[in-house]
Amino acid sequence: MSTRLLEGSEAIAEAMIAAGCRFFAGYPMTPFTEVLEHMARLLPGVGGACMNAESELEAIGMAWGAAATGTPAATGSTGQGLSLMQESLAEITLARLPLVVLNMARAQGDYFQATRGGGHGDYRHIVLAPADITEAVTLVQKAFELAFRWRNPVLVFGDYYLAHTATSVEIAAPAPDERDTSWALDGRSGGTGRAKLLSPLGAFKRKNQAGYNLATHYASCAEATAEMTAGVMPLVETESTDDAEVVVVAFGTPGRYVRAAVRALRAQGLPIGYARPITLYPFPSEAVARACAGARAVAVYENNQGQMIDDVRLAVLGAAPVSFIGGLSLDSSGFGIAPDLDVQVLRARIEEVFAR
Amino acid sequence: MTEHEGHNIVPTDRPPSQPATLVRDFTPDLIDVGTHHLCPGCGEPVAMRAAVEAVSELGLVQRTIGVFGIGCYTAFSNNLDVEVLQALHGRAPSLATGVKRAKPDAFVFTVQGDGDMVNEGLQEVIHTAARGENVTCIMLNNGVFGETGGHMTATTVIGQRTKNTLDGRTAEDHGHPILLANMLAGIDGSAYVARGAVNNAHNVALTKQMITAAFERQVAGLGFSFVEILTMCPTGWFIETAEAPEYLADNLAAVHQIGVLKDIARADA
Amino acid sequence: MTERTVPTRGTVVIDVDACKGCDLCIDACPPGVLTMTSHELNARGYAYPVLSPGCTGCRICAQICPDFVFQVYKYDEPIDLVVSE
Repeated sequence: MSTRLLEGSEAIAEAMIAAGCRFFAGYPMTPFTEVLEHMARLLPGVGGACMNAESELEAIGMAWGAAATGTPAATGSTGQGLSLMQESLAEITLARLPLVVLNMARAQGDYFQATRGGGHGDYRHIVLAPADITEAVTLVQKAFELAFRWRNPVLVFGDYYLAHTATSVEIAAPAPDERDTSWALDGRSGGTGRAKLLSPLGAFKRKNQAGYNLATHYASCAEATAEMTAGVMPLVETESTDDAEVVVVAFGTPGRYVRAAVRALRAQGLPIGYARPITLYPFPSEAVARACAGARAVAVYENNQGQMIDDVRLAVLGAAPVSFIGGLSLDSSGFGIAPDLDVQVLRARIEEVFAR
Repeated sequence: MTEHEGHNIVPTDRPPSQPATLVRDFTPDLIDVGTHHLCPGCGEPVAMRAAVEAVSELGLVQRTIGVFGIGCYTAFSNNLDVEVLQALHGRAPSLATGVKRAKPDAFVFTVQGDGDMVNEGLQEVIHTAARGENVTCIMLNNGVFGETGGHMTATTVIGQRTKNTLDGRTAEDHGHPILLANMLAGIDGSAYVARGAVNNAHNVALTKQMITAAFERQVAGLGFSFVEILTMCPTGWFIETAEAPEYLADNLAAVHQIGVLKDIARADA
Repeated sequence: MTERTVPTRGTVVIDVDACKGCDLCIDACPPGVLTMTSHELNARGYAYPVLSPGCTGCRICAQICPDFVFQVYKYDEPIDLVVSE
């Protein structure tokens, strides 16, 4: 165990492998590409398999197949590639399979895609949003644990900054957790009269009754989803909210800039607080509500046209007005470098809310 | 003998009392329950029976994982006593790839229809063949999307009447059918490519041989294997069940020709 | 009424209620010893095959049947069945 200077993509790849990931499939797309490169380089050495998928559709399909064998598997892309994967992601959830999915996102416009799910039907994914590489390492490992515990995909919401900046990290294997993989396929229940089935249409073969019963199956999936939503501890980072008159909410990399802006304003004597949801699903509604309880105004910063703000509004439930201090901030590449991610810019916007 | 509907009917409600050998049971080992809701005269159960018989005869059942696409045959996966991973329409080859790469000792085959494999999933099967993925893909080809009611697919033959080509498919309006087995035979990475049918007993036996050969190529690690099986779909073809075997021969098999198209195990023969 | 014997090498057990009346076995049977009922229907409402003397135990009916209707036996010694016409 040693601290090394690693680019985020590499740190995330190593963290996944240390957590036991032994299958990865991906298609190159900025800023996800380097994660694929590192997994391609590292997985064979630990007896794993990395597939250079011919498209994102093959990538999610291959990861699905590997996951069905009980092998800790992951895939990922950036927003557009995730768009292609949505049908499969919805069905993998109905098949109750563990899978870790990385969105190395461009800006933050994929919040709805991640938390509402861009696929058909009613399903939920656990969504984890790290703000820096160190947190990404922890959360990516936690993602495997949660995926197996709840038999559900877990999305890790990263970005260009996480992928392409470097920091000193230590990467270690997480503590082993107990996993029941009795559902996994390996062929051995074949010919026993009780051959296993992993399907979005049903959890077991209904031999005496021809066909599937989707009503029963979807109902039991909904039950499992409700248990998962109730059972996952929502994570949030808060600071100086007890006496805050204005609380600023942000997620991911921008959270660090907002935190720095809030600290700077505090140093000037302004009673500002900060809350950073880390689990975007389940959203830490109670914690955000508590953090904002004494405030006379809530401000939300995000690099999109306003998505997480809906969840903040739901959490605050009218206790204080919620205003949007974010917006689309992109450089010409569109990869998610945000010109207004600048502590001075954010301070000014927060001060404006404070002054109302 | 009893007087039944007509004269001279032999009782068939119980095994014979004279000494006799059972030469074929109702269902093979790996079909638990024969009851299904596929149409009268559907060729798919006949093809599926051949496939699981081959699994059984080659002693593969305890490491077999079947990956199913979406079509009428999807429901039939419930009848088979092999482990099944259900995929999305068109996507079985990539799931099969994931299974095989994660568990190289598994014996993996896909079951997909023509609508599934040649429409939705054409790129998946081509890429899987090109990779020389050591799995077997089985396509049940009836020239229609059966489950949704009998619509044109990429394999529908010119002149074939379907729900959305009621005057018969024409090249000008609808383009040409894709002969998938022929296409896959041209890809390096394919070890065995064959096309059979289940419209008569001779073809059923031939198809069973093709499936067995394909499975053997997988076990030998030779690369991608593929068996296309023309199946009857009287419902989708708007004809009587008894006419379907001839319809298949005259229309589908005339274009999608039966035979072994590639076999690298016999390349030197 | 005349009688003749028909050498018969095999027989079948027919799961009447499994049949969906598709007729494939009728045309497929080489000795042509299967006939569909014309007045009787099974529990599902379909006509079903009945067997006449002359079965050879070739198994083709079972091979072509999509509904697992047939169980096929081959007699250890061919038997003669009497047919009256």
